[in-house]
Amino acid sequence: MKTSILALGLATLATTAVAQDKPVLTVLTYDSFTAEWGPGPAVEKAFEETCACDLQFVAAGDGAALLSRIQMEGAGSDADIVLGLDTNLTAAAAATGLFAPHGQTWKNTLPVAYDDPTFLPFDWGWFAFVHDKAKTPNPPASFDDLAASDLKIIIQDPRSSTPGLGLLMWVKAAHGDRAAEIWKGLADNIVTVTPGWSEAYGLFLEGEADMVLSYTTSPAYHLIAEEDPSKAAAPFAEGHYLQVEVAGKLAATDQPALADAFLAFLGTDAFQSVIPTTNWMYPAVTPAAGLPAGFETLIQPEKSLLLSSTDAQAARDAALAEWQAALAR
Amino acid sequence: MASRARPLTSARGAALAAAFLGAMTLGTVAAVALHAGTARPGPADWSALRFTLLQAGLSAVISTALAIPVARALARRRFAGRGLLVTLMGAPFLLPVIVAILGLLAVFGRSGTLNGILAALNLPQISPYGLHGVLLAHVFLNLPLATRMILQGWQSIPAERFRLARSLALTPAAQFRHLELPMLRATLPGAALTIFTLCLASFATALTLGGGPAATTVELAIYQALRFDFAPDRAATLALIQFALTTAALLAGWALIRDAGFGAGLGRPPELPAPGGWRKGMDATAITLAAAFLLAPLAALVARGLPGLTDLPQGLIGATARSLAIALASTALATAAALALALATARKAPAHRLFDAAATFPLAASSLVIGTGLFLALRPFANPSDMAIPVTIATNATLALPYAYRLLAPPARSLHQDYARLSASLALTPVARLRLVTLPHLARPLGFGAGITAALSMGDLGVITLFAGQTNATLPLYIHSLMGSYRMEQAAAASLVLLTLSFALFALFDGIGRRHAPA
Repeated sequence: MKTSILALGLATLATTAVAQDKPVLTVLTYDSFTAEWGPGPAVEKAFEETCACDLQFVAAGDGAALLSRIQMEGAGSDADIVLGLDTNLTAAAAATGLFAPHGQTWKNTLPVAYDDPTFLPFDWGWFAFVHDKAKTPNPPASFDDLAASDLKIIIQDPRSSTPGLGLLMWVKAAHGDRAAEIWKGLADNIVTVTPGWSEAYGLFLEGEADMVLSYTTSPAYHLIAEEDPSKAAAPFAEGHYLQVEVAGKLAATDQPALADAFLAFLGTDAFQSVIPTTNWMYPAVTPAAGLPAGFETLIQPEKSLLLSSTDAQAARDAALAEWQAALAR
Repeated sequence: MASRARPLTSARGAALAAAFLGAMTLGTVAAVALHAGTARPGPADWSALRFTLLQAGLSAVISTALAIPVARALARRRFAGRGLLVTLMGAPFLLPVIVAILGLLAVFGRSGTLNGILAALNLPQISPYGLHGVLLAHVFLNLPLATRMILQGWQSIPAERFRLARSLALTPAAQFRHLELPMLRATLPGAALTIFTLCLASFATALTLGGGPAATTVELAIYQALRFDFAPDRAATLALIQFALTTAALLAGWALIRDAGFGAGLGRPPELPAPGGWRKGMDATAITLAAAFLLAPLAALVARGLPGLTDLPQGLIGATARSLAIALASTALATAAALALALATARKAPAHRLFDAAATFPLAASSLVIGTGLFLALRPFANPSDMAIPVTIATNATLALPYAYRLLAPPARSLHQDYARLSASLALTPVARLRLVTLPHLARPLGFGAGITAALSMGDLGVITLFAGQTNATLPLYIHSLMGSYRMEQAAAASLVLLTLSFALFALFDGIGRRHAPA
């Protein structure tokens, strides 16, 4: 017993000593960012080449889990940066008072103006309904079309998933007061509502529905990673809502300079060129070399929709009630 | 002296186990509640509660009712592959929810095998989405458990009683009334209670197959409260409602459970009469239908997983090793605690009702509330990712313990009734009694319980998501991440690895138990 405690003590001292060699920057992010096939490993390597530091990712479930994690930890968090909130959650995140202004000046290339003093976008995507081109040769061109069709769709629950919440905001931003009517029309198209994106997309690939709520970039995964050109996203006339994924610096960080360096690094090609084929989203700043081959085949919505984070937060509860009332049978 | 010291000593173990379970369930709710004030549930929560009760009640009734003919058929028929079938039937229950759903949909889904057959026969298509879909999945997941619990009941009727029935020339109906009905009264309430409580905490199954927000359960409301609204107070209130429902179900169970009171036998293999004629046909039908219902989706999962096996990502090995270590540690913890609790309850030790409740509460516990509570309680003392593995072991042991306990409780009760006096009169030391009486007689449920615990701990996603750092993902979390990154084929293959390993662990423990059983 004594030896094991001694050994533990020595091991702790040793790790502390090693850690003191290099400052540690802790980035709290979602699971799939840190996965071996995700952006995490390449980002870590590229940043550590420039920072003389140890970049450590801490995974905390999905985007919504990040926010609850920060709220649980409060100012005592070990994290310096939070990476992976989306704009539907930033108002709540800012309201915690735990974030500091980012102070960055680099410009993003988002299709809408997005300039927030606290949160920096690192990637984005248009929400869209994805289908199989052979099975659904004539996809609907609007929510009204979709509601009038007998196509079956799978969506995510806005109470447990960020794409689900995004769809809620999409219908609200595109149709305002008609949102409840749109949802009533869609009710008989919806096969089911899943707790998260992966269940919905998995069910769609198993042939449980004709279309699934995902991103315009989803077909790029099948095309580039699987050499399967069969999937496409349907362009909607009313425009497509954006998911903008952002990063923020925690005010209580013990590495403010490194945190600033990391936020600046987010705007560079070294970070942005990793995004398209690891996170399967659009980079927040188009890299000098452009987008990877295959991305040119994706639909380019003419109109982009995005509610400001305060509008999104203000609209959420009423939109959710509308959604529940329209879909409860 | 020894005989007076013994009950106290082992009740201490049970008390320790009960205290641990209380801390993991009610304690974590308290930790969540303390983070803020208290909140009243809204109208949406009440309608979620109604749906939760409806689906859990129906799931419990249907699963147990269907399990009776299947268990009886398995108890009184001997056929090639019976042992394998009994073991395989445990598998659906051990699957991670989303994997089980995908397997089920491969058969019953809109493009599933069944609809393919219906289309070929020009019959109308079925859709598994709605309340019936939720029930289908819950029966799929719980029928095996109910069957095994009831099968064990049949096997616990001493062979001598059937011999007596035969020499008295009892008709099958009279035999049912005098032997099988009392056994069912001792077994069914526990089985139904377990399934009801388990379905109370259903979240992903109910939502995914429920077809829309009408199928909202309390667990989803908890998830929403913690994740999107960060309203720990509301989550705590909802968790308390789940526990109140569990308590009500427990009280009902206590009122209904009657000991069968068969008395001790000589420990011969059970000799169930196997009547011929239409009863044989009925048994064959029950076994065939149950096997087809439970095994077809599993076969589909194996078929889905095979193509990706050649292309598995590297991190899988580490995740698998971590999951195995967690499973073995949780199994040791849960089985020992369940045994202590079951023996103390059987002996009607002081506070045995409390032990019974402590061993049931985890069924209704929301793993998200447990995780959040532990996070809030432990965060001030240690770094979350350093705690990920111990916390997961403790949580998995807590969540799996009720199954081991429910399997052990009825045989522990009859063991006590039949052998307590004999053991006392022989003045067996506690160790000798454990070795000569308790362990051999409880070998079968102990093995089965340990098998279930191990497999559940392999498959449970539970709290690790809250604590996991960069390098300590478990296999289920790893599969979840694969699915979250479009890698469905690799996820299917990794699920097959998980299914195989869970099943191997289950079969290993179950096999050890069956080999050491007296019958």
